[in-house]
Amino acid sequence: MEFPEELKYTEEHEWVMVEGELAVIGISDFAQDALGDVVFVELPEVGAEVEAGKAFGVVESVKAVSDIYAPISGTVEEINEDLLDTPEIINTSPYEDGWLIKIRMRDASDVEDLMDAEAYQALIAEES
Amino acid sequence: MKKTPLNQVHRELGARMVDFGGWDMPVQYAGVIEEHLAVRQAAGLFDVSHMGEIEVSGAEALAFIQSLTINDASQLVDGQVQYSALCYPEGGVVDDVTLYRFSATRYLFCVNASNTDKDFAWMEQVLAAANFPTVTLINCSAAYAQLALQGPKAQEILAGLTELSLDEIVYYHFRQGEVAGVPMIVSRTGYTGEDGFELYLPAEAAVAVWQRLMAAGAPLGLQPIGLGARDTLRLEKGYALYGHELSRDISPLEAGLAWITKLDKGEFVGKAALVTQKEIGVPRRRVGLLMEERGIPREGYPVFAGERQVGVVTSGTMSPSLKVGIALALVEPQSAAVATVLEVAVRERRMRARVVRLPFVK
Repeated sequence: MEFPEELKYTEEHEWVMVEGELAVIGISDFAQDALGDVVFVELPEVGAEVEAGKAFGVVESVKAVSDIYAPISGTVEEINEDLLDTPEIINTSPYEDGWLIKIRMRDASDVEDLMDAEAYQALIAEES
Repeated sequence: MKKTPLNQVHRELGARMVDFGGWDMPVQYAGVIEEHLAVRQAAGLFDVSHMGEIEVSGAEALAFIQSLTINDASQLVDGQVQYSALCYPEGGVVDDVTLYRFSATRYLFCVNASNTDKDFAWMEQVLAAANFPTVTLINCSAAYAQLALQGPKAQEILAGLTELSLDEIVYYHFRQGEVAGVPMIVSRTGYTGEDGFELYLPAEAAVAVWQRLMAAGAPLGLQPIGLGARDTLRLEKGYALYGHELSRDISPLEAGLAWITKLDKGEFVGKAALVTQKEIGVPRRRVGLLMEERGIPREGYPVFAGERQVGVVTSGTMSPSLKVGIALALVEPQSAAVATVLEVAVRERRMRARVVRLPFVK
């Protein structure tokens, strides 16, 4: 299982990658593996506000429905439209092709509160 | 947690294990969709050793079974299997079962794992209230392992390991014979809608037989299958699952099991309530719903006709074969006709779904 060093992570198993004023958000390799085959993704509209710690979308596997929580607050700038027809790319490429949304961050310093790859791996080692 | 004799085998295969009604069971190996398609296109091997087995024997075995079950067991011949159910006096379902007839004086019930103890206690209670002094009940669940070999390649795989003439075992019939040198019951039954077999064998032989079947089947595409795909496979065929489409609060007439509810066979537990329900009409009917919009129906989601809630989803999933959402639902009879367009509340959205004839997948 991979946990890229350049990303930040949450206890709810989302990841964040900062690109200037934007933040790309997805779910971790651990999360996609735990979910199993992803068959449906529900994402917010472009322009919607997301709030740190609040659910902004849903990922469904064959068996289960899981909320996805916003790691940081901001405005949705772009959503990954490829996921509507090929949600399984979350399984095959959770950190690249399977990204979920890009948001314009309200306060870029919020990212500093998130876990680095090492802390996140320690967390999931505890959970599993 | 209870373990089947194959627990270690599943772990070595890298299965994801879950607590299924108190049993530590594999929910998936390679992934639900891959496993599902393997069963539809080639073959799959399921460990269903958690299922319960209860033997009924004695001169009055048939008379007792007739008083206990809703189907007509007098129609069975030796070596035949029947799908049936046990009901409460109020008409709700204790469990749905398969019934095996070895002889006129010896039968075996295969029952749902999590209901085994409840069923056995219920049978003892019904027996105690009646007068069948020759009848003996034995809960022999722990003695049996059960494997399900399902899919279009099932017979070809099994044929290499047995002297039994599999062509002579037709659907819902069984024979006793050796597979991989182990004596067992070979039953042409299953819960996937594909051709295939259910094997009842001594628990201590389970690992060896599993390995022999996997080795024989691997070149033909045989894969181990977990409970995740077992559920999607049965849902595509519209089969009821206890705790979802069947329960103490759902009668077999509501659940689409009128075809096994033989109200003219004589007295049985629940008959009076079911006769009344048939006369006045069932308050709900089980239907199949095919989603016409993107979205996956799940158990518990409300079903609407316009602004009015008319029912609830009892099981739902994304169909791996059809790649759309499918559900079984209990709805009021006036919303149950095939082609009726209803709506399923998927979180905050209403999504169109059409009542379709079952099975979803032919």
